[in-house]
Amino acid sequence: MNKPIRRIAVLTMVLFVALLLNVSQIVVFQQDSLNANPQNRRVRDEQFGGNRGSIVAGKTVLAISDTSPQGSQFAYRRNYPQGSLYAPVTGYFSYDRGTTGLEGAYNAELAGTSNSLFVRRLVDVVTGRSPQGATVETTLDPKAQAAAAQALGHQHGAVVAMDAETGAVLAMVSSPSYDPSTLSTTDIQSAGQAYGALLDDPDSPLTNRAAGEIYPPGSTFKLVTAAAALENGMQPSTMVDTPAKLTLPGTTTQLPNESQCGNGQQSLDRALQLSCNTAFANVAIKLGPDALRKQAEKFGWDYKLSDVNGVAARFPADPDPAQTGLSGIGQYDVASNPLHMAMVSAAIANDGKLMTPYVVQTVRAPDLTAVSTTKPKELSQAMSAANAQQLQGMMVNVVSKGTGTNAQINGARVGGKTGTAQTTPDKPPYAWFTAFAEKDNRKIAVAVFVESANVPRSEVGGNVVAAPIAKSVMQALL
Amino acid sequence: MPDATDSVVVYRKRRNVELAMILVAQFIGLSGYALTHLNLDGRLPPEMLSVAMVWVGLGLALHMAVRWRAPYADPLLLPCALLLNGVGLAMIHRIDLIAEPPRHDVLTQLVWTGLGMALAVAIIVVLRDHRPLQGYTYTLFLVGLVLMMLPMVPGLGTELNGSRVWIRVWRYSFQPAEAAKFVMTIAFASYLVDKRDALAVAGPRFLGITFPRPRDLAPLGVMLAIAMTVLVTQKDLGMSMLFFGLFVMMLYVSTERPAWLVLGGVSFAGAALAASAVFHHVQVRIDAWLHPFQHYDQNLQIISAQFGFAWGGLLGRGWGLGRPGLTPLSKSDFIAAAIGEELGVTGLMALIMVYALFAFRGLRTALAARDDFSTLLATGLSFVFALQVFLIVGGVTRLTPMTGLTTPFMTHGGSSMVVNWMIVGLLLVISHQVRRPVAAPSELTMADDSTQLIAVPTGEARR
Repeated sequence: MNKPIRRIAVLTMVLFVALLLNVSQIVVFQQDSLNANPQNRRVRDEQFGGNRGSIVAGKTVLAISDTSPQGSQFAYRRNYPQGSLYAPVTGYFSYDRGTTGLEGAYNAELAGTSNSLFVRRLVDVVTGRSPQGATVETTLDPKAQAAAAQALGHQHGAVVAMDAETGAVLAMVSSPSYDPSTLSTTDIQSAGQAYGALLDDPDSPLTNRAAGEIYPPGSTFKLVTAAAALENGMQPSTMVDTPAKLTLPGTTTQLPNESQCGNGQQSLDRALQLSCNTAFANVAIKLGPDALRKQAEKFGWDYKLSDVNGVAARFPADPDPAQTGLSGIGQYDVASNPLHMAMVSAAIANDGKLMTPYVVQTVRAPDLTAVSTTKPKELSQAMSAANAQQLQGMMVNVVSKGTGTNAQINGARVGGKTGTAQTTPDKPPYAWFTAFAEKDNRKIAVAVFVESANVPRSEVGGNVVAAPIAKSVMQALL
Repeated sequence: MPDATDSVVVYRKRRNVELAMILVAQFIGLSGYALTHLNLDGRLPPEMLSVAMVWVGLGLALHMAVRWRAPYADPLLLPCALLLNGVGLAMIHRIDLIAEPPRHDVLTQLVWTGLGMALAVAIIVVLRDHRPLQGYTYTLFLVGLVLMMLPMVPGLGTELNGSRVWIRVWRYSFQPAEAAKFVMTIAFASYLVDKRDALAVAGPRFLGITFPRPRDLAPLGVMLAIAMTVLVTQKDLGMSMLFFGLFVMMLYVSTERPAWLVLGGVSFAGAALAASAVFHHVQVRIDAWLHPFQHYDQNLQIISAQFGFAWGGLLGRGWGLGRPGLTPLSKSDFIAAAIGEELGVTGLMALIMVYALFAFRGLRTALAARDDFSTLLATGLSFVFALQVFLIVGGVTRLTPMTGLTTPFMTHGGSSMVVNWMIVGLLLVISHQVRRPVAAPSELTMADDSTQLIAVPTGEARR
């Protein structure tokens, strides 16, 4: 009977080898995805109660893990000392409502589980030290952030400021906001209630109006139309038909001007200063939707700043000439947000070169060595340097003698563009302002969006409501 | 020629090696206990010394019994069993500590362990020779069937017996079958040794297989049919696979006809397909095996076990530092997951190797045996042990569907522990009988004669 027994022994060995191989493949092939599974309470509990790295802006702490109060099942508790001010950037870190913003995008680094921290983690394991997360250093300027929030006050809206030459986001404010600490509390039940209340709040405080939503940009989009015009051979001095009322092609709809543009022709430069609707609608119809869309894409219309759950801006897919005319003045189906409008101004101010926006400057390990540093990166060449400089001049004229006079700053070269966008007749229009400011070799771009500007529909809306906010932010930065 | 070889082989006793390895094995179990407390409380438990004394004392008692009555027994079997048992006890104690206030399941487990060890000692000291068991073929079959059927009469079983031991066993519904498995292995071995020549040679040929005559196979077939019916009725997937695997394997070994393996494999596949088509719970198990993450709530156990493995990773969280309490049944069916979480995949693999070592020492004993009954019995005990480890650990790690078997020496529960120690006792006895020096070839002739002698009463019993 020995031969069958030897075979049975081989079979038994096969069974055990199969067990060993299967057990090892769990670690090799499945471990990462199993640990990344949101249902995995072991990982969630450890990360939630772990000593997570901080999020900072300069010396200002935006998010930090403090020792939990006695008796809590978690060792650490996530705190946001600046609360609602930085919520659009930090996001929140909750036990069972997920993570958003930098807390989500840099979860692995903050939790200390990132592969880039592998060696340190290994050292921690060997030395028996509890692992510690890396610190995420943002590009935000606390002064600008505070100035933006203060200038915005209680109005619903958002502000984005960025360094035009690097793409570093210097301010990102959304109002109304929320305190992420209420969602990160170790009292899971009260966190759930706070989340429910925030979801039900009609003011939608969880919404990141700066980068996470899109709105009709109104006349600020005329910058994109103007850039397309210059890129397609027009000059600032080129005369454009500017009737008092333009009957949109193929329709009986009459598009009026909202400012004193006369009933004849205006130069492109003057039309931008006065924000003449009929002039830019005519330019848009002449250029056609493809040229406009191409220009919008060069200004980063597809770009999503994923670190803060950003969304892409929108240009309609296949507009007819009437819709193209409306699109050229930022109405119809065109939608953008403060981040994208700041990118438009930034590209123009940076001589046509659009830099990729970023909010994280450096990720630093607990021993302070830099794990990763963001280097400024070009996203696209939005327009030629010469055309960009001409458009800069046109924007400067808007501020010095056009619709954007409220943004003037002594000792700085400021260019801008106002906007007022009607959504539905029963809602107050959106007030917009996007601008750049240049002083001592520093170039700043900013965009302001006020959702509930209670002002009459006029280009003055952007100037009265939004331009002063942009001015305070730029002053804080220069 | 074989006689000449047999008379030359003299196995070394290796009892001192066994003692040293027993102490190492026990040290590993005690380390688990100590490390759990060091990691959780930062200090050794006050009971450390008494626990160590009890545990080492039990091992030494076993060792002394072997020295006294089975000095030629395989020196690796005891250390393997003690290592697995010690780690199991430490893990159950560790899971006890998760509850608030802590539970004390480890104490009952220790009592069962002691009882199992006592039975092992009894087998070594009292039985001394396993060969007389061959005379009780039908009695053993009957005992096995009765054991298996006990859970089929819920409530009635306890009333009929009224015995506290049976109530205790009753709470673990698989356990009577666990004992039945042990008894049936002996019965199978004894029957097949009796009939192997008739089964292998006589009978019609069909499809290249020499089928046995019905009168030779019938008693065995009827036993298997009843056993399988009982187990399928009880929805005990794992145990029915175990019985079937054991049966096919022993038939193959005794007849030396590989066709039985093929036939067994084909009929198993057919039965599995039929079962998955007919029984809903089989479909659920298969679904939980192939796509566990599609029904999170339903497959919480297996999913949580996988999370535990991933969480433990290669080296584990460390004793007491994982969260095995998140996996339901972590003390019983899923104790391998708790091991994987806290000792890592490395630790689990080490234990699998120890299981493998135990099974291979058993198979080695079978190879060394000079009589068919010893060979078949040792093969059966070792193979069914290995198959059980494969099915339960494979189930927990998603290599196979979960079949709800006990993890030998580890799972919390009495009958499994007792039965596995009885297996240790029996294997020790067999290996002692097999390895001890044989004085004269004439004894072999005697053994052959006795086989034929025993065949007579069984024939009478059938009449």
